[in-house]
Amino acid sequence: MKLSDLHPEGTRETIGEVTFTAKDIIHFAEKFDPQPFHLDAELAKQSLFGGLCASGWHTCAGWMKCFVPYWMDEMKRLAAEGIVAPKLGPSPGFKDMRWLRPVFAGDTITYSVTFVAAKALESRPGWRINTILCEGENQDGQPVIRFESKVIEFP
Amino acid sequence: MLHFEDFPVGKRFDFKPAEVKAEDVIAFASEFDPQPMHLSEDGGRASILGGLAASGWHTSAMMMRMLCDSYIRETASEGSPGVDSMEWKKAVLAGDTLSGSCTVVDARVSRSRPEIGIVRLRAVVTNQRGETVAICDYANMIRCRSIEELVAGEKP
Repeated sequence: MKLSDLHPEGTRETIGEVTFTAKDIIHFAEKFDPQPFHLDAELAKQSLFGGLCASGWHTCAGWMKCFVPYWMDEMKRLAAEGIVAPKLGPSPGFKDMRWLRPVFAGDTITYSVTFVAAKALESRPGWRINTILCEGENQDGQPVIRFESKVIEFP
Repeated sequence: MLHFEDFPVGKRFDFKPAEVKAEDVIAFASEFDPQPMHLSEDGGRASILGGLAASGWHTSAMMMRMLCDSYIRETASEGSPGVDSMEWKKAVLAGDTLSGSCTVVDARVSRSRPEIGIVRLRAVVTNQRGETVAICDYANMIRCRSIEELVAGEKP
């Protein structure tokens, strides 16, 4: 089964949610993105963001944190129905990533994936490149992140 | 402190080399991307990546750290609205040493907030063999120098 058979174009699936605690935000930032507005609630008040908020890369990683278990469950569900799940490989990257709103300490982000399109790889028969739209919104329903990712699919 | 005015097109900042440690690859993957090729050497060998490989999101985060250390921490940076594109060109394996640089490709003052400049940069991350492992085109909001700072800077 191909990914495009499983998810018709434009189908949006919720894949999970992540709550960003102040502790998690600071822990990630200390390692990867040590800027004042990701490290210190007081200093963050003086920034454009106005409060302690997650590194944009932390917000992205939250999408992946939801997608992996979602996809593992999907593979199990399909196997139980006797369907061979699409074989997905590594991603060559993403584009048009927008951090639309800060993710503040205490926010819960609900992530989703929308299948956009599949294209055959001319150089490798049977291989396809899928474009997926990845999004996250906060507990008030406001979008916080959006990007378009590519996923390789093997025959 | 660097401000918007210190980021003319062509300005380059070099990254300090950083080793990719197996334990860090596994720790990041365990939390955010628990797929076999990111969790063990055997899992990596069995994949098309050929060895214990960092999650692309981990590579991105490591790039962010190199950006912070190369210029952001000494810059009046106000974050980023986003990333136009990120290409993960080659597997980043445990034991690799990453370096590279970022270069200013465009710089203009925000129309809506004239105290903020929007600087577009291209970051190129390379490994110890000089191979490009990631290319990232992104924007950085950077405060412009205030009138007071400009005046202070003019004094002999």
